[in-house]
Amino acid sequence: MAASPSGYSRMFFKLRKYANKSQSLYHIDSFNLVIRTIWTSGSRTQLQPKVHTKSLPQMVGVVGLEIHAQIQSTSKLFSGSHVRFLAPPNSLVSHFDASLPGTLPVLNRRCVEAAVLTGLALNCTINRKSLFDRKHYFYADMPAGYQITQQRVPIAVNGMLVYSYFEGRRRDQVVTKSVKIKQIQLEQDSGKSLHDDDQSQTLIDLNRAGVGLMELVMEPEMCCGEEAAAAVRELQLILQALGTCQANMAEGQLRVDANVSVHRPGEPLGVRTEVKNINSVRHLAKAIDYEIQRQMEVLQSAGKVLNETRAFDSKSGNTIPMRDKEGLQDYRFMPEPNLPPLFVYESEASVPAGVDPAQVVVIDRLSGQLPELPSVKRTRLVETYDILQEHSFTLVVRKSTFNLCIPISPCALAELINLVESGHISSSTAKQVFQEMWKAPEKTVGQIVKEQDLWMINDKEELQKICKRIVNSHPEEVQIIRGGNKKVLNKLMGEVQRETKGRTDPVQIRAILEKMVS
Amino acid sequence: MLGMSIREVSQALRDGRVSATELCRKCINQIQRTLYLNAFITITEETAMEQAQRTDNRLRTGKPLGYVPPFNATVVQKLLDQGAVLVGKTNLDEFAMGAGSTDGVFGPVRNPWSYTSLYREQSTEDPDSDWAITGGSSGGSAAAVASLSSFLALGSDTGGSTRNPGSLCGVVALKPTYSLLSRHGLIPLVNSMDVPGIMTRSVHDAATVLRILQGRDERDSTTVQAPSTPPSLPEHFDIRDICVGIPKEYHAPGLSKDTLAQWSRVADMFEQAGARVQEVSLPHTQHSIVCYHVLCCCEVASNMACFDGLEYGHCSKVDSSTDAMYATTRHEGFNSVVRRRILSGNYFLLKSNYKRYFVKAQQMRRLIAEDFKNVFRSGIDVLLTPTTLSDAARYSDFIQEDNQTRSAQEDVFTQPVNMAGLPAVTVPTALSHRGLPIGLQLIGQTLQDWKLLTVAQWMEQKVNFPIIHLHGESNERELNRSL
Repeated sequence: MAASPSGYSRMFFKLRKYANKSQSLYHIDSFNLVIRTIWTSGSRTQLQPKVHTKSLPQMVGVVGLEIHAQIQSTSKLFSGSHVRFLAPPNSLVSHFDASLPGTLPVLNRRCVEAAVLTGLALNCTINRKSLFDRKHYFYADMPAGYQITQQRVPIAVNGMLVYSYFEGRRRDQVVTKSVKIKQIQLEQDSGKSLHDDDQSQTLIDLNRAGVGLMELVMEPEMCCGEEAAAAVRELQLILQALGTCQANMAEGQLRVDANVSVHRPGEPLGVRTEVKNINSVRHLAKAIDYEIQRQMEVLQSAGKVLNETRAFDSKSGNTIPMRDKEGLQDYRFMPEPNLPPLFVYESEASVPAGVDPAQVVVIDRLSGQLPELPSVKRTRLVETYDILQEHSFTLVVRKSTFNLCIPISPCALAELINLVESGHISSSTAKQVFQEMWKAPEKTVGQIVKEQDLWMINDKEELQKICKRIVNSHPEEVQIIRGGNKKVLNKLMGEVQRETKGRTDPVQIRAILEKMVS
Repeated sequence: MLGMSIREVSQALRDGRVSATELCRKCINQIQRTLYLNAFITITEETAMEQAQRTDNRLRTGKPLGYVPPFNATVVQKLLDQGAVLVGKTNLDEFAMGAGSTDGVFGPVRNPWSYTSLYREQSTEDPDSDWAITGGSSGGSAAAVASLSSFLALGSDTGGSTRNPGSLCGVVALKPTYSLLSRHGLIPLVNSMDVPGIMTRSVHDAATVLRILQGRDERDSTTVQAPSTPPSLPEHFDIRDICVGIPKEYHAPGLSKDTLAQWSRVADMFEQAGARVQEVSLPHTQHSIVCYHVLCCCEVASNMACFDGLEYGHCSKVDSSTDAMYATTRHEGFNSVVRRRILSGNYFLLKSNYKRYFVKAQQMRRLIAEDFKNVFRSGIDVLLTPTTLSDAARYSDFIQEDNQTRSAQEDVFTQPVNMAGLPAVTVPTALSHRGLPIGLQLIGQTLQDWKLLTVAQWMEQKVNFPIIHLHGESNERELNRSL
C-alpha cells in the first residue's frame, strides 16, 4: 500500500531542499557522491569543536552512546501484564511487577526474538547461550530492589551500525561512517517517578516497570554531536523497519545517554561524563557538543574533568551536574537464580532431540523474517530510479512502510522539482500540483499548472501593486509594525499569499512589504 | 482418628464412618487443646469449617470440585484442587531463618513431645519453663502434624528447615529434589536452594502428597517435568537390591550418644536384612557450612530488597526522604538475624569481594555436588545419616547461643543436601532417653524421590516409632491399624 499523498508532499519538499540547483534528476552524472569512509576515532572533520594549543595536536571529542530501546511487544519481559502507552496509572501491574514475594520471572519469547532480530540487523554475533543477572539498587520505581539484566553474557555482541550524514556547503556530500556495537542486552524497564515538589512527594506509576528493553552499548568511536545524531537516526529507522521498537525519543521509547570525554589523539582517553535527560535527536547533538566544549575549556584552564553524571537542560542548551548519588554505586551484581541460561539455536537442525522446535528461538527462522533494511532500500532506490544518494535518505524516512508504487513517474517528479527550482512555480503551489498529479497521473505537470493558472508571479510591478493594495487596506497592522512589532508583518504576507493563491515567492514579498512599511 | 494416616482417614471419609465437618471439628479442637505449643499463628477455623461443609456436600452429591481462589502458591493450590482442607497457617522463625522456631514475632513454638507423660515424668520443673524446642525453621508445621492437629503440613527447606523440626518432632519430613516442586508462591530465602517441604506422619502419606505436588509449573522457570510415578509406593520391595552408603565425614563433633546409637542400629538393620552397607567419603563436607552461609546471605540480601514498605507490609512513619524511609522501615521490620544476613550478603556481593566470596562459594558448591555424584556413581543407592546432632534441646538451653551459631551447628547434616539439590527424607526412628524423638536422614539421587521414599518406607516399617500421647488428654485410641 502506498503512503498518502500529503505524506509524500511533505517528503517531496525535503527532497527539494537537497536537490542540486543546477541539475535535474535526469543527469546520469548526478552521481556526484563524496563518500568518505572513516573507521577510526581520530577523524578530523570541520564538524568538531576545536581547541588549538601551540605545538600539541588539538583536542578532540570522544563519544560513546548507551541506548535503551523499549521492545515493541504485547506483554512485559518477565510477566504477562500488558505494555501500553498512556494507560491509567498502575493499571498494568501484575503481582510480579509489584514484586510480591513468591512471584517469579517467566521469560517472554517475543522479547528474545526482538533482541535477536535487532542483533542480526546490526551485524552482531548472537550468543547461543546468554545469562541473566540482578543489578541491585534502591529506588521507589523499582519495587524488587534490583533490576534483571544481562551483565555477564548478553544476547548479542560485536555488531556494527553504519550511518551517514551530509557535509559540504550545500550539504549534498554524503559521509558514511560506522560505529561498533559492543553488545545488546535484554533488561527490565523501571516504573515512572513523578516528582511533586509542591507537596514534597513523589508519585510512582508501575505501568512501565518490567517492560522489556534492549540496551545497546556503542563503542566510543564518534567524535561529536552530528555523528551521534546521525547514528541514532539510522538506528531509529532500523528498529522501526524491524518492528522491534517504535524508537520515538519524545515518548521515551528510545532513551539515549551519551558518554563524553576529550583527549589529544594518541594519548589515553580522558575522564568521561555521562549525559542524560536527552529527549530528541536534536538535543543529543546539542548536548554532546556543549559537553565537549565545556570539558575542553575546563582542561584549558588547568581544571579537572569529574567523572559524573550530568543532565541536559534544553532551555539553556547546557549540561548541569545531577544530584550527587553519594559516590560510586556498587550494584552488587549476582546471577539471577530464577532464570536458567537462555539458549537460542542456529537452525532447526541444531535443536536438541526431545525439544519442540516451535517452542524455541531459532536464528535461521528469524533471519528469514528480516525485512529490507533502510540502507538496502536506499541502495535499491539509487540503482533503480537513478536518484542522487542524498535524495535516497530523504525518501527512506520513518514511519513509512514506504512502497514505491506511487502513480507518479520519476520523470514527472523531476519536472516538478525543476519548475520550482527555476522559479516558475512557488513551493506552496508545487504542493498543490503534486496532489493533482497524484489524482490524475495521466496529466503532465505543465498541463496542471496551466489549467489551474498556477504560474508564479514574478513581474516586479505586479508584485508592487499587490503589496500596495494590502498595505493600504491594513492601516492598523502597519501602525503596529512601525511601532516595533515585526511579527505582524507575517499577517500581511499571509494576505498577499491568499490574494495571489500562493503564486508568489515569500522572500520577495517580505522584502517589498518591509520597504513599504518602514 | 486423629492419629490415622491420610490414606486411612480418606477411606474413612469415603466410607462414611466420619464426616468432613466432624473430622475438621476434631482437628480444630486438638489445636485448641495444644495452643500452648504455639505451633499456629493463624487458625482458619471458619474457612476450615466452610471447606469441610463443602466437602461433605460434595461427598453426598458426588459433584466434583469447582472453585477458583485468588493468588495461592502453586503447591497450596494443587492441594486445594485435590480437596484438601486448610486448617491454619503455622509459626516459624522469621523469614525462615533459624534452627529453633524461636525467633519469630509470634513467639517460640513448643515441641509436643515435651508434653507427653514420658517427658513430664522425668522433668523436675513445671511445663511452662521446661519444654523443648521444635527445631526450625518450619517448627510450627512439624508441631501441628506431630500433635495430631493436622494430617499434613507444608514447610520450606533451604538448609534443613523442614527436616530439622521433622526429626525433632518425630514426623516424616521430605525435602524433594530441587526443581521438582514449584516455588511459585514460596517466599524466597535462597532461590537456588529453596524447596517446599512436606511433613506427614507416614512415608506413604508423604509419597501421596509428592505425587500431587510434583511437576513443571510454567510460572516457575526452574521446574522440570516429574519422572513418571506409579500410583503408590510398592507393596513388596526387596531391600537386598539396595546399597546404603554411610558417609564417614558425618561423624560430626557434638553428635549425641542416642543419635549415634540409632544410626548404628538402623545401619545394622539394613545389613541384616541383606542390603549392602558400606562406608563412603564426601571429602568436601567440612567446607559446606561456610559456603552455604555465604551463598545464603547473598541471596537473602537480594531477596529481601523488595521489602521497602511501599507496596505492602510494615512502613515506617519517617518520611524525611525516601532513603530515610526505606532505611527505617527495613530496620524496624526485620529482626537482628535477618539484618545480619542482609548486611553480610551485601558485603560479599561488593564488586571487590565478589570473586573471593560468591564465586569461591559457588565453586566449592560444585565440588560438594560432585562428591555426591561420585558416590552415587559408584553404586550407592541411598545415603544414611543423622538428621540432627541430638534430640530437641530445652528452650532455656537453646537460647544461650545466638541464632547464627545454632544454625551453623544444627544444619551440618542437612544443608549439603540443599547445596547439591538432592532429595532427602527424615524418618523418626526412636525416642531418646529424655523421651524426645530421634530421626535419621536418607539422601537419594536427583529426581529419584520415589526410590528414596520406597527405601524410607521399608525403614519406617522396621523401626516401629511410637505414637504420641499428649499428657492429660483422653487417648483417642480408635486407631484401626488393620485398615
